[in-house]
Amino acid sequence: MKSIHRAAAAALACAVLGTGSLALADTQIVGAGSTFDNPFFSRAFFQYKSDHPDVTVNYQSIGSGGGIQQFTARTVDFGASDVPLNPNEMKAARDANGAVVEFPVTLGGVAIAYNVSGAPGHLQLSSSVLANIFLGKISVWNDPAITSLNPGANIPNLPIIVVHRADSSGTTYIFTDYLSRISAQWKSQIGTSKSVSWPAPSSVGMKGNEGVAGQIQNTPGSIGYIELAYALENDIPYAALQNQAGKFVVPTLDSVRAAAAQKPTVSPDDFSIVDLPGADSYPICGYSWVMLWRNQADPDRGKQLADLFKWVVTSGQAYAVNVKYVALPESVQAMAQKALATIHS
Amino acid sequence: MSRLAVRNAWSAFMICVAAACAGIAALLLAIIVLYVLSKGAGALRPTFFTQIPRPVGIPGGGVANAILGSAEIIALASIAAVPIGTAAGVYLALFGRGRVAASVRFLSDVLTGVPSIAIGVFAYALVVLPARQFSAVSASVALGIIMLPIIVRTTEEAVRLVPHTIREGALALGIPAWKATLLVTVPVARPGITTGVLLAIARVAGESAPLLFTAFGNPQWSVGLTHPIAALPLVIFQYAISPYKDWQQTAWGGALVLIALVFALNLAARVALRSRFAR
Amino acid sequence: MSQDSADLVSFRVARRVETGERARSHFADRIFSGLLLGSAWIILIVVCGLLAVLVKASWPALTTIGFKAATLAWSPSDDRYGVLSFAFGTVVTSIIALALAGPMGIAVALFLSELAPKRLAGPVSMLVELLAAVPSVVYGLWGLFVLAPVMRTVVQPALGKWLGFLPLFQGPPLGIGMLTGGVLLSIMILPTVAAIARDVFAAVPIEQREGMLALGSTRWEMLTKAVLPYARQGVIGALVLALGRAMGEAMAVVMVIGNTPAVSASLFRPAYTMASVLANEFTEATGQTYVAMLIEIGLLLFGMSIVVNVIARALVWSVSPKGTRAV
Repeated sequence: MKSIHRAAAAALACAVLGTGSLALADTQIVGAGSTFDNPFFSRAFFQYKSDHPDVTVNYQSIGSGGGIQQFTARTVDFGASDVPLNPNEMKAARDANGAVVEFPVTLGGVAIAYNVSGAPGHLQLSSSVLANIFLGKISVWNDPAITSLNPGANIPNLPIIVVHRADSSGTTYIFTDYLSRISAQWKSQIGTSKSVSWPAPSSVGMKGNEGVAGQIQNTPGSIGYIELAYALENDIPYAALQNQAGKFVVPTLDSVRAAAAQKPTVSPDDFSIVDLPGADSYPICGYSWVMLWRNQADPDRGKQLADLFKWVVTSGQAYAVNVKYVALPESVQAMAQKALATIHS
Repeated sequence: MSRLAVRNAWSAFMICVAAACAGIAALLLAIIVLYVLSKGAGALRPTFFTQIPRPVGIPGGGVANAILGSAEIIALASIAAVPIGTAAGVYLALFGRGRVAASVRFLSDVLTGVPSIAIGVFAYALVVLPARQFSAVSASVALGIIMLPIIVRTTEEAVRLVPHTIREGALALGIPAWKATLLVTVPVARPGITTGVLLAIARVAGESAPLLFTAFGNPQWSVGLTHPIAALPLVIFQYAISPYKDWQQTAWGGALVLIALVFALNLAARVALRSRFAR
Repeated sequence: MSQDSADLVSFRVARRVETGERARSHFADRIFSGLLLGSAWIILIVVCGLLAVLVKASWPALTTIGFKAATLAWSPSDDRYGVLSFAFGTVVTSIIALALAGPMGIAVALFLSELAPKRLAGPVSMLVELLAAVPSVVYGLWGLFVLAPVMRTVVQPALGKWLGFLPLFQGPPLGIGMLTGGVLLSIMILPTVAAIARDVFAAVPIEQREGMLALGSTRWEMLTKAVLPYARQGVIGALVLALGRAMGEAMAVVMVIGNTPAVSASLFRPAYTMASVLANEFTEATGQTYVAMLIEIGLLLFGMSIVVNVIARALVWSVSPKGTRAV
């Protein structure tokens, strides 16, 4: 017993001393939310830390819904979500801690990724076929509706497995927002939300963009929606989708940028950029947003938070391209800076 | 064939089936461990133990912060759970009659069976929400609660096994009861108590569910008691479901470290127990 | 019991000695036993606190939703909080786990306690107990990358081919779903069944066996007609305890169950369990009712574990009073 007690005491001493020496020089900022942002955030915050050694950012990608919840519960300093707060969430947040400042931090596309051996790198899917796959009406890969769009492709007779998010997700919101626009049946039966009841019988839920991408990699016959960076970074094939102009467009940094250019200004009340016109526009794109409290209780911390995000929405955007996101358009950067200027600290 | 021969043949056959079942169970462990070993060994570069995770796309890095974080959470949980658990166990063994003792025994049995995720929810509601912060402390509270009943019951058993003649001898010499307990009874029971503590640590070292909403994870070095903290099981979960090949490999490496640690603790517990019989 | 009364005597003797000679150590003794008693009370406080906190935090859901939770639809964005599909997933996966691990675990226990030569029984027991110590997240990792592909490419197609006429084994082999979750759980609870059942068998009096053998039975008949009936309750207790463990497992299941709140006859289909929905949704639930509802699921798990443990321990104790080890 004595030896155990002694070991325990030594461990405690280490922990306490360690806390003191490491915590003194360090401001730790904690954020949580969108997995859509995570590759960009982890790269950008890594850079910020090497430029500002006294500020460490701990970002946990638990999903947009989680970001909103933990932000409102004030267990984190900032939340990130691919959808701004809806009226109910805004009311809950205001009741909890006053006004909220929201601004976009990243721009990305949602790729329809799949795992079908023998299929080409970019299957062509029309909007009705896409909707029918996710509605469960098309359940095998060699369905005539798919093969007729992809002549010459050798598509196997494989059951389709829909992979979706198990957590409350902004990526799901963006995707279901798009499905609701292209399919009246989706709009009336399922609707647009951060989490929905997936109608296809063979559907599998995983946590985060990470989990969905991983599941698609592991499951032959699967199809799912993930942020473009996850598909590019892991060499997962993804579909060319039919846009409003009727053209099949592969998601790329250019086609996402082209879509965003169709709508130069966004705001927390008018944020959707799916299904926009333009021959080169990829149809499923979205901004991801960060939420901060307008009134910061701790002025130093508040200033550090504001400085961090002023950097993220301007110079930090250079790192977005590195990890296969699109840099925010200048008009949106200006909007974000304006929002950040309203923070009291 | 005679009836007896049939019966004997049937008996031999069923015995072989039972033996095969035992073989399969042992084989399963071998398969799982060897698989983790083969997948994980490649990840265990020196940087695995010395560096923190790098962002996606930048190769290298390790999970040193998670190993340190796990050690800190477990140490903290032990500091609370070991004294309380052993004291309660000694109480049950020496004075364990009456309604209080019966309830303690019953409830600590119940507590062993409570799903660890429910204990995580409890720690979130009790510590995280009021403090408005995910923290190492909240994780330790959850793990400590999981450790408690294991320590209580093994301590009780170990102390019960101490021959009362030893204790009486001490008391007859005029030593006060508290001294006799601390200096005579507990030292004799020490191997058993140590076993319980080691088993409790082994049990919580691999717990991930209650850490999801308490420790929360942290990609940076962090040992602050009131900050979110990285933990090895959490990192394994997060990396396992990810699509990145190097993350998946890191998950296997982490699993290997975890299995090695848990097995070592279990074997140590066995050795500690054996030393009792050697006396 | 004799040990207890002996302790009582020795304690009284000690007190008598103290009152006469050492008032100071009498005082120290009282502090000491007070500390011990206090520690024991902490256990009571922790368990009652657990219950109280869970009830308090889930109160908004208990009062506003109440029995409406006993429906199928889980759609928090439309304020529908039916938990039956999670209960379904929990029950189905646990039953699969028990159906596989139960007979197998009992066979392992019989082999280890009755049949194996001592030199073999020791190491094999140790291996089985180590199997119980493997952390659940490691089982999940293994399940995701090894078991699920095997289920998808080998087991499920074979089941579909030979038993596909049963609704249980219809539909495309996804690899992840209730069957894979159940199989993974069965591997996880196998050592629990085996270890407790072995202890129960060890408590069966030797006379039972000798009597049966003396009547001319074979070894297997001796086991099935003398040992098993005698140990029946204890074995059932072991199974119930293992069932409790399977129902509460979160992390391994979350990685292979498919996380879809659906109820379907086919075991190949994805589902959701109570513990895994907590793992996925707890940090993200927005709004008072949603959070409270998830905590209520936690409370249900807690309640279930109490019921299971009460039943199981009563059964195990009825056979072997020493079956109280922390398992």
